[in-house]
Amino acid sequence: MAKRIDVSGLSAYYSSFRAIEDISMAIEPRSVTAFIGPSGCGKSTFLRTLNRMHEVTPGGRVEGKVMLDDENLYGAGIDPVSVRREVGMVFQRPNPFPTMSVFDNVAAGLKLNGNYKKSELGDIVEKSLKGANLWNEVKDRLNKPGSGLSGGQQQRLCIARAIAVEPKVLLMDEPCSALDPISTLAIEDLIGELKERFTIVIVTHNMQQAARVSDRTAFFNLSAVGQPGKLIEIDDTERIFSNPSVQATEDYISGRFG
Amino acid sequence: MDISTKNDAVPPPVSPPSEAEQKRAARGATRPGDRIFLGLSRGSGIFLLVIMAAIAAFLTYRSVLAISKDESNFVTTLEWNPTAAEPSFGIAVLVYGTVISSIIAMVIAVPIAVGIALFITHYAPRKLGGPLSYVIDLLAAVPSIVYGLWGALVLAPQLIGLFGWLDDYFGWTGILDWQGGAPRSLFTVGILLAIMILPIITSVSREVFRQAPLMHQEAALALGATRWEVIRMSVLPFGRSGVISASMLGLGRALGETMAVATVLSPSFEINASLLDPGGGTFAQNIASKFSEASEMGRDALIASGLVLFVITLLVNGGARMIIARRAEYSGANA
Repeated sequence: MAKRIDVSGLSAYYSSFRAIEDISMAIEPRSVTAFIGPSGCGKSTFLRTLNRMHEVTPGGRVEGKVMLDDENLYGAGIDPVSVRREVGMVFQRPNPFPTMSVFDNVAAGLKLNGNYKKSELGDIVEKSLKGANLWNEVKDRLNKPGSGLSGGQQQRLCIARAIAVEPKVLLMDEPCSALDPISTLAIEDLIGELKERFTIVIVTHNMQQAARVSDRTAFFNLSAVGQPGKLIEIDDTERIFSNPSVQATEDYISGRFG
Repeated sequence: MDISTKNDAVPPPVSPPSEAEQKRAARGATRPGDRIFLGLSRGSGIFLLVIMAAIAAFLTYRSVLAISKDESNFVTTLEWNPTAAEPSFGIAVLVYGTVISSIIAMVIAVPIAVGIALFITHYAPRKLGGPLSYVIDLLAAVPSIVYGLWGALVLAPQLIGLFGWLDDYFGWTGILDWQGGAPRSLFTVGILLAIMILPIITSVSREVFRQAPLMHQEAALALGATRWEVIRMSVLPFGRSGVISASMLGLGRALGETMAVATVLSPSFEINASLLDPGGGTFAQNIASKFSEASEMGRDALIASGLVLFVITLLVNGGARMIIARRAEYSGANA
């Protein structure tokens, strides 16, 4: 199910401004890869190129190749809509659809993808909510609006919504930055469980979080404001945090800048 | 300096601040600027209520004078003879004509307006959306008598073909049967009203759709939604109450439109089953065409019909508010 991502020579632009330059990396299936780096280094932009969300921004465009197993996501004739059905995404701020109930939120992606019988839909919703460790908290209020849940619950609802369509890859853009420490812990535990089934890529500002949840860590940096962000190095998380091969990584991790 | 530190220094006052003082403090009306602004805004609010009450009182008073002299049933009578020796007049024709022409206008205008608004906000390139919005807003600035003249001289003759076609294929329904009279019927009025209320519905809907939160649109996109699915999942539900409000603004104009209707419609005091045959009338049109020549009694009768229009408008607005309130739990405002 989970697929491997292979990025080569990828640059992303906002109109004429180049936000990230010439990034190449491999992301292993059934693992958690964390992106860290100072603000503006392009890690979120890079994440959004992996499911072709970057080009939704006016002026956004991408050069280079993103291989999902052996399919180039930017190949000719590839429909971005079908890419996003394979590569799910969880955002910084929890964003359940406010006009939908808990149940409908989880079922939203399924309803886009085709015809499910009502019982089938119920099963998948239950499975997804259980997968997001939310089932016990919401099973009595499936028909209540999703916006009535707490922030942490809303974020897990968004994770349930994303995994309900069985994506190959799950992208998370600072999923805990709007949450309190207890909700953050719940999400981190969940990430540990989800990596059994999905390829997970997470952007985080919190280095402890990267150290706790990820198997591999990529450090991004930019030489100056207005310059494009670059991938400095990617390695096993343990190595990045103990003995990185680039001095800038060590400086950033030890808090000397950023 | 704040109060708590003051209280630490001096012993607590003997009597706590009175209830009225606390309330005043809670409203924050303690500084001159606040007091002036409070007075202004409260005054404006009261002024509005006074005007509404004055209109209602005037309408009710004159209506009672008229209706008490009406020898026949004010609600069901199909004639308008307030000056006869035995005054006999009723509003059935006017209710029918007003409601029917407004329904036709809404059925035509709301989908088109929502479509235009979505096109401007979510489909059109920015270079096209701006000018298009401007042109739509310009439609609202055209005086209604100009619409009326255009409707009578340009639109109505053009509709002959459409009426013939409707009669050929849907004449059997009765409501789209056409005897071949001048195409200046309630249906024509409805089409004209639709054009007239299009700008207001479009521009309000457009502003609402424009505010649809990006985070929910991105949520839909990331699930693999197409552009239309994004609109269906996040933009339309968010804009729903706004579109209802916009439609009510449009409906308010359609119900009360006077000159354009009076210019286009060839009125008669009868209820036609067919929407295409000329005849019928609306409240505003009836008042406009009869008021200047009416006697004292005739005027009171017309004012009575005006009161009914006033009540209908209030009911419609109340109904719309209920629809919006019932869905409040799911509105985008809780996001």
